[in-house]
Amino acid sequence: MSGGTSNFQSNSRIVNWIEHRLPIFSFMDAQMNQYPTPKNLNYFWNFGSLAGIVLVIMIVSGITLAMSYTPHTEYAFTSVERIMRDVNSGWLIRYIHMNGASIFFIVVYIHIFRGLYYGSYKAPREILWMIGIFILLAMMATAFMGYVLPWGQMSFWGATVITNLFSAIPLVGDYIVQLLWGGFVVDNPTLNRFFSLHYLLPFVIVGLVFLHLWALHMHHSNNPTGVEIKDEKQDTIPFHPYYTIKDLYGLGLMMIFFAFFIFFAPNYFGHPDNYIMADPLVTPPHIVPEWYFLPFYAILRAFTSDYWVYQVISLGGTLMSAKLAGVIAMFASILVLLLLPWLDRSRVRSSKYRPLYRFFFWVFAIDCVILGWVGGLPPEGVLVTIGQWSTFWYFFHIIIIVPVVGVLERPKPLPDSIAASVTGATQAAE
Amino acid sequence: MKMTKTLTAIALGLGILAGAGNAQAAGAGVKPPSQDWSFNGIFGTYDRAALQRGFQVYRNVCANCHSLDLIAFRNLGDLGYNEDEIKAIASSYEVQDGPNEDGDMFSRPATPADRWPAPFPNSKAAAAANGGAVPPDLSLITKARGAGGDSALRVSLFHPGGFALGADYLHALLTGYKEEAPAGFSLPDGKYYNEYFPGHAISMAPPLYEGAVEYEDGTAATTEQLSSDVTMFLAWAAEPELETRKQTGIKVILFLIVLTAMLYALKRKIWSDVH
Repeated sequence: MSGGTSNFQSNSRIVNWIEHRLPIFSFMDAQMNQYPTPKNLNYFWNFGSLAGIVLVIMIVSGITLAMSYTPHTEYAFTSVERIMRDVNSGWLIRYIHMNGASIFFIVVYIHIFRGLYYGSYKAPREILWMIGIFILLAMMATAFMGYVLPWGQMSFWGATVITNLFSAIPLVGDYIVQLLWGGFVVDNPTLNRFFSLHYLLPFVIVGLVFLHLWALHMHHSNNPTGVEIKDEKQDTIPFHPYYTIKDLYGLGLMMIFFAFFIFFAPNYFGHPDNYIMADPLVTPPHIVPEWYFLPFYAILRAFTSDYWVYQVISLGGTLMSAKLAGVIAMFASILVLLLLPWLDRSRVRSSKYRPLYRFFFWVFAIDCVILGWVGGLPPEGVLVTIGQWSTFWYFFHIIIIVPVVGVLERPKPLPDSIAASVTGATQAAE
Repeated sequence: MKMTKTLTAIALGLGILAGAGNAQAAGAGVKPPSQDWSFNGIFGTYDRAALQRGFQVYRNVCANCHSLDLIAFRNLGDLGYNEDEIKAIASSYEVQDGPNEDGDMFSRPATPADRWPAPFPNSKAAAAANGGAVPPDLSLITKARGAGGDSALRVSLFHPGGFALGADYLHALLTGYKEEAPAGFSLPDGKYYNEYFPGHAISMAPPLYEGAVEYEDGTAATTEQLSSDVTMFLAWAAEPELETRKQTGIKVILFLIVLTAMLYALKRKIWSDVH
């Protein structure tokens, strides 16, 4: 890892013996202690470390739950209830894990929108950003499979609906679906492989997080001005103690928020139908995924055969079915973010100096909320139209607005440096 | 701390946006009125007398058709019964055990370790005895019928007017029968009209009526009273950890507030030399 030097020294012979063979102490000193960090980071920069901590909480609580969980269609539901009732503090561990998933997505979504607002994805942080998107995808897969494990009604029917989507893929679709199911319906083999993968993927996420941090430490954190570090002495402060204490304070606030849900509204993010054991013969009246998938679910459902965007991209319905178009759009809505560093033509990172982009950023943020709202309601009446126009706007923003605004906008003058931004000195706009 | 305020607003906003992503939870029925349950709110506890009365209603009325698979006799300790009382209650039920040394199944009186015996051996038998409809297991009924369980947070993007708890729904359902369906509503044979049931046509006959149970503690057994007591009992059955959870939560959150305040003071101190 680059991006940090260490003048680490120790009086301990043991430490020096190890250091000589594996320079782990100077490495940690450089990356976690002396690591130079812009001194002007605001509280939105807390969410990266918060996400890392929630990941650890999820892994620890998850491993503990797995000790008492039975991945079998006949026993899964009751084994979860045994955890809730008979395992010592089982209810606490289970509610931590259940609500932790929602907290994880809240924290990560804020983290992502912070990146969007302050242009953190721009050169030289493109790979850092892309790894982040892969982390999001891995989180989504993990969360989806985890939701299936209690084998409630929404577990079962959510799994059925989402895995069925893959059947829209031409030629190999049915094969993929059978592979996911381990048979011809969602059944015990499906539950077994979902449990296996739900246990595996978090460790893949840990690996991706390591890469994410490695890429971060190459060029250091972005900051609210978006101006690179020019003078380490003037612009930065060591990570410890400044950001360790700031992150700990942020962690305290998050834990209060988290604890409120665990102890006083533990099922707030959940769905009542998931307290009914899965029954393949009874379809719930309205199948909805967990809240963090709702915007993507809205995009999926926007693609009806009379949706004009579908008519355009499928050349009047000849190229693909509306279902396939919806599936492609749903995945594309995340994958398109990988291109963002190149779609954004502006050299100025921070929205602070980009009034036009800032306006569209907030429109986009509201658009995402509307998509989430539409995704949670039955697709009826005016909601269909709202969902379709919001879907259009989602892609229109990323593919058209971002590049065009980047070219047309005249940014406000940037400060000379991070240090100067504090004193108010500015340079002429680039 | 403008930034902290913004962040809190965003986090709360996301929480509220997210909440109970289940607009349909109340189904097609009418929104049940919110009740002032003793277990509501962050200091909520179950009312022991009501739990015991509700248990009586369950034993004498509900248990004839509905199972309560997740509850064992030993759990009745939560209701305020002592060990001997629990043993006495358990031994008044017969459960099947076995096989014995001869390979035969046999009946024996239940012990506190046994789970509540189901009224029917399987769901086919339950359906056959109930006109084709299987009476649902009641162990989790209040959590399975209401958005948010016993949520202290009742608003969400999907429920601008706030959502009802499962217990509110259950109480409304038990007291929401109408003698006759409104004009123009065609009620199928063998169904009953209920104001709060999604679709209104429910297979369960009105289970409660004034005096359906003679309370041991002498409380007047009005339909309202019976319903609210049995709802309290079933809320306990669904969330037996509720009291421990809420009491732990208060301590945890108080601890976190003090810790966070100290971390904030430390942060201020450490950052005081950064300009």
